[in-house]
Amino acid sequence: MPTILACTDGSVFAPSVYQHAAWAALRLSAGVEVLHVINHHREQSATHDLSGAIGFDASTELTEELTRLEEAQGRVARLKGTALLEEARKQLAAAGVNAVTLTQRHGTLLETLEELEPRAELVVVGKSGEQTVLAEGQVGGHLENLIRISVRPVLVAERRFKPIQRFLIAFDNSPSARKSVTYAAASPLLQGLECHLVMVGRTDAAHEAALNEAREQLAQAGYAVTAKLLPGKAAPVIADQVKSANIDLLVMGAYGHSQIREFFVGSTTTKMVRTCPVPVLMFR
Amino acid sequence: MTPFISLPKIKQDWLGNVRGDLLAGIVVALALIPEAIAFSIIAGVDPKVGLYASFCIAVVISFVGGRPGMISAATGAMALLMVTLVKDHGLQYLLVATLLTGVFQILAGVLRVGSVMRFVSRSVMTGFVNALAILIFMAQLPEFKGAGVTVYAMVAAGLAIIYILPRFTKAVPSPLVTIIVLTVVAIVFKLDVRHVGDLGELPSSLPIFLWPQVPWNLETLRIVLPYSLGLAAVGLLESLLTAQIVDDMTDTPSSKNRECTGQGVANIVSGLFGGMAGCAMIGQSVINVKSGGRGRLSTFVAGVFLLVLLVVLGPWVKQIPMPALVAVMIMVSIGTFSWASIKNLRTHPKSTSFVMIATVIVVVGTHNLALGVGVGVLLSALSFARKVAQVIRVRSELDASAECRTYFVQGQIFFASAGTFVAAFDFKEALAKVRIDVSHAHFWDLTAVGALDKVVLKFRREGAEVEILGLNKASATIVDKLAVHDKPGALDRLLEH
Repeated sequence: MPTILACTDGSVFAPSVYQHAAWAALRLSAGVEVLHVINHHREQSATHDLSGAIGFDASTELTEELTRLEEAQGRVARLKGTALLEEARKQLAAAGVNAVTLTQRHGTLLETLEELEPRAELVVVGKSGEQTVLAEGQVGGHLENLIRISVRPVLVAERRFKPIQRFLIAFDNSPSARKSVTYAAASPLLQGLECHLVMVGRTDAAHEAALNEAREQLAQAGYAVTAKLLPGKAAPVIADQVKSANIDLLVMGAYGHSQIREFFVGSTTTKMVRTCPVPVLMFR
Repeated sequence: MTPFISLPKIKQDWLGNVRGDLLAGIVVALALIPEAIAFSIIAGVDPKVGLYASFCIAVVISFVGGRPGMISAATGAMALLMVTLVKDHGLQYLLVATLLTGVFQILAGVLRVGSVMRFVSRSVMTGFVNALAILIFMAQLPEFKGAGVTVYAMVAAGLAIIYILPRFTKAVPSPLVTIIVLTVVAIVFKLDVRHVGDLGELPSSLPIFLWPQVPWNLETLRIVLPYSLGLAAVGLLESLLTAQIVDDMTDTPSSKNRECTGQGVANIVSGLFGGMAGCAMIGQSVINVKSGGRGRLSTFVAGVFLLVLLVVLGPWVKQIPMPALVAVMIMVSIGTFSWASIKNLRTHPKSTSFVMIATVIVVVGTHNLALGVGVGVLLSALSFARKVAQVIRVRSELDASAECRTYFVQGQIFFASAGTFVAAFDFKEALAKVRIDVSHAHFWDLTAVGALDKVVLKFRREGAEVEILGLNKASATIVDKLAVHDKPGALDRLLEH
């Protein structure tokens, strides 16, 4: 049985992550593995002793002191995590998913995902997490890095789950965008939903040909496709379409450019995730 | 888990703990000044050589090192190796030796020498830190030679401040208070003690790029090569050992091979800016972690703040009385020494204590940490071989006809246990057939194979038919490659050996 990896950290997004995971699990007839990562933030120090003096067996003493300090924190974090996972099991059961495994690991979310992702079909995360200031429309700093390392499609959950009837593929003919079209055509995840295919760019033969090819592929898979080629800038145009067509799910290829470039220029992907108030299914 | 280099990782290494790193970096910089001066004195060069080295190495290693939060600078272990080079050939040759040391260390990183550290046992590590502590302490002794009661009193007062002040406040570095108090006392009472300014030039500006002034020929290479090899080895040893200690203290991983390369790059930069070779410092790294330093920023701040202090406070640094430095260095030596190892002498196995003590003795005798570690590694390997050689058991059964005996061999057979193995067989017994069941034995080397051959041939000469059972795969490969008993002319060839 395939599994869906749902990442939770107990933030306000958690219930929505479980509901999105349940939605995907029922459509894919998959189980759900709920992952909670305990990050102890060892890059931050637990002591602030500025005396600068070191006495007998300094390093052993310090190791023991740090262990003592972190032991208690670690135990609390683990218990909190266990409670959180039990809550996840309850909510998933209520949504109709019974094949649930609960996984708790130490480390950072990124390194844990690298380890566990290959055994999952799909990864579900919240748009932002515990650490983020929850201003409306804010995207978690983790998200971009997470999608970059992902080898599986990532479903990014909005704060509240809404039943999904219409999805929109933001198509730019990049390899990851073509991957998203192929996935939509082949996977039972989106079957039977209303499909919108939108490409932003100049009206020329090349763009039209690419769009037509994608539409053909989707039509053959049985979708009723509404395809559009629109001029303008990608992020605002797509956001507009999502709003006007009452879209419930945005599907797109993610992060086409190098990390360095996006560090300075900012990325369209992050902008779209931020501006569209719907869940996003991303392919890399 | 693969340590991947990516923007989030870099961000975490540098900005994951900004407040802690800034404060800790400042505390470390304050403690680095006396150390760098003291180690320059050990090496026999102007204090500015050690101070420039500490600045360059700390700043460079914060970018290229493999262990965030570890402090590298001019160190005692390295300074001790330079003494004769500086005495015989002068500073310029030391700078060349520093460059070459860096080249060797980069090579070591590229060749992934970091993994060789696993052959250095815990006892050798303990011996290393103890020897280091003893050497740092011994280097302070000349300050007491022929000194009056003033020096003793000042050192005692300094140590008292260092250890007692933290009981009242942990907000100010007690070594700094020691230095300030003793400096003020020395100035106010016009005490007759040596000052840092008496020992040579202090930095008054940023270090400048300088190509060492030596003839670039083979003769120069011949002079610096042995020193560079020793420096490279000791530098990597102390750095990797310190990295391990910081890993354990902070419960975070580090990249050992990147650290090797990083140490090399830092030393090359140091050499080009008029600094001596250095490496990671155990004491300072402990101080850093204790003060709340975790990230690369702490090491960077330590280096930069060190230089700022010197350039701004230069005239005042000159006034620091030597007993203040001695007190700080005694603290470092006490903090570096593993006192638990003395208590453990009684409970730990004698062989491991012997390895530890032998390492200390060789280092203290030769002033060369690399030699001591070499001897320690050798001794622990021998002691391991001796222990494993005891893991061997041979029993036998005679069958009903009293014609055939089966020997069952269990355990590890190699050079150290081959004798025991051969002696376990009774060649005097008159038998028609001998079976040797080695399914639970391992044959590790030529000596073991030779011993099995010898046993087989001996039985054969007594007229017994020999059969070997269950050579397991590990043994089979080595026996197949090396043994002679199953080939024609077996005896001749065995006798040739």
